[in-house]
Order: sequence, then C-alpha cells, then structure tokens
Amino acid sequence: MSFLLNCLTNTKHPLSKPITQPAISIQLLSMQKSLVSITDYSKEEMLRILDYAAEFEKNPNQHILDGKVVATLFFEPSTRTRLSFETAVNRLGGRIIGFSDASTSSSSKGETLKDTIKMVSNYADLIVMRHPLEGAARYASEVAKVPVINAGDGSNQHPTQTLLDLYSIRKTQGRLSDLNIYMVGDLKYGRTVHSLLMAMAHFKPTFHFIAPDELKMPNEYKQFCDEQNIPYFEHKELNENINEADILYMTRVQRERFTDLMEYEKVKNVYTLKSKMLENTRDNLRILHPLPRVTEIDYDVDDSEKAYYFDQAQNGLYVRQAVISCSLGLL
Amino acid sequence: MSKTENKQVKIVAAIKDGTVIDRIPSDKLFKVASILHIEELSNQITVGNNLESQELGTKGIIKVSDKFFSDKDINKIALIAPNAKLNVIRDYVVVEKKTLKLPSVLEDIVKCGNPNCITNHEPMMTRFHVEDNHTLTLRCQYCERVMSGDEVKIL
Repeated sequence: MSFLLNCLTNTKHPLSKPITQPAISIQLLSMQKSLVSITDYSKEEMLRILDYAAEFEKNPNQHILDGKVVATLFFEPSTRTRLSFETAVNRLGGRIIGFSDASTSSSSKGETLKDTIKMVSNYADLIVMRHPLEGAARYASEVAKVPVINAGDGSNQHPTQTLLDLYSIRKTQGRLSDLNIYMVGDLKYGRTVHSLLMAMAHFKPTFHFIAPDELKMPNEYKQFCDEQNIPYFEHKELNENINEADILYMTRVQRERFTDLMEYEKVKNVYTLKSKMLENTRDNLRILHPLPRVTEIDYDVDDSEKAYYFDQAQNGLYVRQAVISCSLGLL
Repeated sequence: MSKTENKQVKIVAAIKDGTVIDRIPSDKLFKVASILHIEELSNQITVGNNLESQELGTKGIIKVSDKFFSDKDINKIALIAPNAKLNVIRDYVVVEKKTLKLPSVLEDIVKCGNPNCITNHEPMMTRFHVEDNHTLTLRCQYCERVMSGDEVKIL
C-alpha cells in the first residue's frame, strides 16, 4: 500500500501529476473505467479496491478529487446509497451535481436516457447513477464520455454493494477464502445475493441457500456453482441449519420486485432471525444485511456482537471512495 | 443434392437472379418467411413446402428473384433454421453458397424478453451474446438476463 499512501499524500491536484507515469501507476490506471457489473472487475481488481478501501478507512478525508465534478443521477430515489456516494465525494474534496428523483430531471419531460447522459457527461468527470430499468447503467456507460458507476439498475446489478459486502466479510473474518456463506430470504429477485455469489466464487466458498420455494435461488446461479465446483445446499427453514455459518447474509423480501402482490403477501414474513437462534452459532459468525430491514431481523439481534449490518453500511463509504478514485484514474 | 431433391427444387421454378433458401425444416418455413418480411416485397417469390428431403424428411424452400439478403437478415435465418442453405443465383447459376452461421453477438435482431430491460424503453439497438449455439442461449448485454429456445423473439 505504499504507493497508495504516496499517492494520497503527494497528490494535491490531479493536474499536478507528471505526464510520464511510473510503470506501477500505468498498471493501476487500468482501473480507470466504468463499473457497471461486478464481473467488470477481475479478482485482483476487487482485492485492490478492498485494499484501497482499508486505507480510506484509516483516513477518510483525502482531498484527491479537488477540481473534479461528480454527477449523482438518481432516476429512482435511494437515500441511503446516494448519501453514501455523496459523502464519499465530499470526503475526497470533489463537487457534486445531480438529482435525487427523476421527477426533477428532464426525463420527466420525455428526454431519452441517452440525451440526459450525453448532456451530463459534458459537465461532470464521473457519473454515478441509479435507474429503475435493468441495463440502464451499461447503456449509459456506452454513450457517456466519462466513466459511469452503477448505483443500482432495477433488479440487475449494484456492484458497490457487493464490494462493501466483500470488504465486510474480509474485515470480520480476516479472509475471504473457504467460508460458509448462508444466504437467507429473497434469493430469486435479490440482486445483492446474486452479485455476492458471483464475486465470492473466486474464493472457494460453500454456499447455503435458505429460501421458500417461491423465492429460491434461480437455476442459472446454481448451474454457475456447478460449473465452478462450488458446493451449495438448499434449505427451507431458518433454524439450527445456521450453526456452521461464518456469514449469515439476510435479505428483505422486496415488495417492489413482485408483479403479483398475492405472492408477496404469502412470503413477506417468511423468516425472522431472533437472538435466541444465535445461541449455538460460531463465535466468528457475523450477520450482514444490505438494509433496509423490515421484519427479517428482530430488533433483539441488534445488541449481539454478531450483528454487523450497521458497520457494513459504514464500510460502503470507504469502498465507494476507492471505486470513485480508481474510476477517475487517481489511484 | 440428390436427384430426387434436385427434381423437387426444379418443381419450384428456377430463377434468373436472386436468392434461394433451401433445406428449411418444414415447420420453420413460414417463420423464416415471416422474419424476412417477404410479404412486403414486390419481387417475384416462390415458396414450396413439404417437399421430399432425404436429410430432413420434408423441407421447405424460398426463392426470391432479384433480391440479395444482407448479413443481418441471414443471421436471423440462422436463429430459426441454422442448417438451411442459402444460394445466390446470377444468370441461373449458383455463384455463391452461404453457410448460415450464428455470430457470437446478435445486434438488433432479437428483442429482450425482460419488460424491465432498458432496450424496451429507449430508442436503441439490442445486443445479445450467444452463450450456447445448440440450445440457442442468449444473454442480453444490458439487463444480463439469459433467454433460450422459444423465449427468443426476433425483432
């Protein structure tokens, strides 16, 4: 990490960097690109982001974005994600433009996404966007002149969530490899579990999928595990099954993903984790949740040292600082 | 081509210039005709179906005079009838035999079946990556959903 520290302490303004870069930074500059899907990053690139994030955690206030403008375009509201990205930019010394609701943008007047993105990429150095339609961020990255970071496109991808999940797992377990990862709840529509599965595949995990029939892990992800020789087990009950878990990844059943609300009513309260269910679990077990939670984690779990979901959200800040800096080619 | 098949082809009148699409499985003939929008053409068109074929049992054939299809149209045929043969005819002679081959990327040929995909809301080209030729498994470049077989709808 000496390069990072060197970069963070010496870089007062990006323009002050010498035109001829040392060999190591040319290699690192390869991450100056859009991040749309978690598969856009190799294993090594993901690990590099986690290393940078660890440095930002030690010292979050690094003015390496001086003079940079970041656009946060939230075509659908997401206060938590937007505040996390905007805090990351602010702590890096950058400026923010954008909107937090499509009704305040020209898309409400019928402007195409392409036109909005083309216009904004005239003004900003980087675009962070959330959109209700799947594939919107990929399309934006193709038409924009500047890198695009996907902050969620419908039920498809939310790669910085995956990276902060990885960061939280590594931080709490001391490693990423050979862990028992239990995923609970909406495994059918939940994009976070799908992306986490793809990312963890690099680290020889054993997966346990706990879901009702209506919300089972889709076959394409199970086939992916088969192809990668990753063992997985499926359960319907949330009970003593979890005693061997290192990570318990809880998810909310998302009402907005259901076209049939009758089906939602059947499954919305299917699992609730209670503190007494943790009695025989491993000491190193940590409970993660992408938040917001509704009924799937009882409030009595919050006081357990195994509850990690609020710290997990905080880790998002450091990971997003790392992704923003890398996408701009500053690290 | 066997003598029987040759005779069958001749049953459907020969053309001077144009394209002959042969060895179309009988149950796919009208689908192929539909995706090529031949009903919109004013060219002379001959369509034959349920002709005897040693290889297929029965087959269909489409002959279109003075029409030479683009690679994009040819790729569309490959989606439905990958083993069909396409002959380019000039002055009654076959001057080119085109083998249908599904490209690794299909641009603006297939419609994404995901109603929430950006391609169904923006004026833009669709783009699919062919993951498996045999099962016709395609992945949308944008929403990343996988479609296969009958789920694949041609634009």
